[in-house]
Amino acid sequence: MTAVLEVVMPGLLTTVQDRGRHGYQAFGMPVAGAVDEYALRIANILVGNPEGAAALEMTLLGPQLKVLAPTKLALTGADLGAEINGQEFPRWQTVAVATGDEITFKAATSGCRGYLAVAGGIDVPEVMGSRSTYLRGKIGGLDGRALKVGDHINANSAAAKKNIQTGAQLAPELMPRYEGPITLRVILGPQDDHFTPTGQEIFLSSKYQVTTDADRMGCRLEGATIEHAAGADIISDGIPLGAVQVPGHGLPIIMLADRQTTGGYPKIATVASVDLSHIAQAKPGDEISFEAISRSEAIQLLKEREAALNEWAKSLPEASGRIWHFSIGINGQTFTAQVEEVQ
Amino acid sequence: MYEQPRLLPAGDGALVVEFGNEITPEINARVRSLTAALEAESLAGVVELVPTYRSILVHFDPLIMAPEVLETRLLKVIDGLAELKLPEPEVTMVPVCYGGEFGPDLDYVCEHTGLSTEEVIKLHTGTDYLIYMLGFTPGFSYLGGMDERLATPRLKTPRTHIPAGSTGIAGKQTGIYPIVSPGGWQLIGRTPLKLYDPFRDPPVLLKAGNYVRFLAISEDKYREIAAQISDGTYQIQQKPLSEGGAAK
Repeated sequence: MTAVLEVVMPGLLTTVQDRGRHGYQAFGMPVAGAVDEYALRIANILVGNPEGAAALEMTLLGPQLKVLAPTKLALTGADLGAEINGQEFPRWQTVAVATGDEITFKAATSGCRGYLAVAGGIDVPEVMGSRSTYLRGKIGGLDGRALKVGDHINANSAAAKKNIQTGAQLAPELMPRYEGPITLRVILGPQDDHFTPTGQEIFLSSKYQVTTDADRMGCRLEGATIEHAAGADIISDGIPLGAVQVPGHGLPIIMLADRQTTGGYPKIATVASVDLSHIAQAKPGDEISFEAISRSEAIQLLKEREAALNEWAKSLPEASGRIWHFSIGINGQTFTAQVEEVQ
Repeated sequence: MYEQPRLLPAGDGALVVEFGNEITPEINARVRSLTAALEAESLAGVVELVPTYRSILVHFDPLIMAPEVLETRLLKVIDGLAELKLPEPEVTMVPVCYGGEFGPDLDYVCEHTGLSTEEVIKLHTGTDYLIYMLGFTPGFSYLGGMDERLATPRLKTPRTHIPAGSTGIAGKQTGIYPIVSPGGWQLIGRTPLKLYDPFRDPPVLLKAGNYVRFLAISEDKYREIAAQISDGTYQIQQKPLSEGGAAK
């Protein structure tokens, strides 16, 4: 275990996240984990980690980091204007960094959440089987909180499953796009029958805007109100990821990673798994509309995407494992460099 | 209770098995039976179960199991439930120090209900409460069976900081806050027990289907138990439901 990054500035909300704390929802424990699991998985694949390794999730305004030990990084998700030593930090590819490198971010130009994976995965203790930070429960990640100035991020780079060659990139057909209006494909139910036919039609034909009241728990939308058939209360039941809940005010809330496990509002629809990353990257003001598809269509889309993702992951070029590190002194200043042997 | 349970889609990775549309011990017992059967059977592709008042949210991996196949198998398990015997419920004793700084709203509850402090405590400790489900926040249990004479509306202005262990009343419900949270319940006391501790195994003390009984304790006893809990010597009291009903 080595300290690989030092937090110079923490950014707006930067937390350690993996694929979530599963198996405890029956006890009221929210799942947490990366809001955009797809971007997290790709970042991990690009540095040779298991897909569910812990990485940094950065929200709208990224942090400022200093590299403490040479390693490989991959940045995916939102474009937060990242730079390494003042040069563009390319997203969706494997990047080697050296001791002393400075990673900075500007504000988000597209998308909402960026993911930074470190070879070997971020090393923090597991709590209830996960390294995810659950802020309200104050557990996981770094002492259950967001990053702060002076924190050290540890990783065991030697533990990476594969040594992916620097410059490896995501296949273009797997690249998500965060610009423009978002159409979320949904599967109606479980409680679509709690809304009037007019209410259901309004839900599927209206354009909604993401409000500023959007966080890791849920994304609240504004727009045309959806009419309930007989009141907005149901007997509390389980809330799946991506559930579109409609409380008494008639406006939809899309439930995300930190959602409460149960709730008493009817859920008109549930976002298809393949479209969860789109809502994860929506910013306040973005336009959202909904399109109903069947459950089998949603599963087919998921199968196709997973097959393409696996194929790409398998095709990634591996480095030979031999890396040379140089330290060069020029005019009293020390520069570090690394050279990687490729096959 | 429905004659046949309803199966409702909840996206491409979960479905709801719903047994009825009311809160009754009978419907909740069906939820617990199916949960126990599925935990014992471990159907291929099922990844997590979230049992609630009258339904179960079944999370599955659609890459491993087609929902149509899973639904057929679930219905088969449900058909066999009649033969399944649930384990006898346990009652967990939850010591509570009523009133004073731990229960700042006890006087208001007395005023609203027209009962004396002693009567409120007697009624609150005089029932075994069924834990219908857990949810909302880690370790929060939805309890059934509070004496309706204790019903008191929520605070008009919720508090922003309620200490863990606070025990309160909201309308016809009673419950315990497992973690520090904001909230609008009328606080009548506090328990030194930790309902939720992420570093303990199991992290959550109470289990759906079991019962809770409140025991009135003094402030001195509260501090004594709190000290025993922090040095790990406190034994949580649990007994089978059949071994004596509520404290009379």
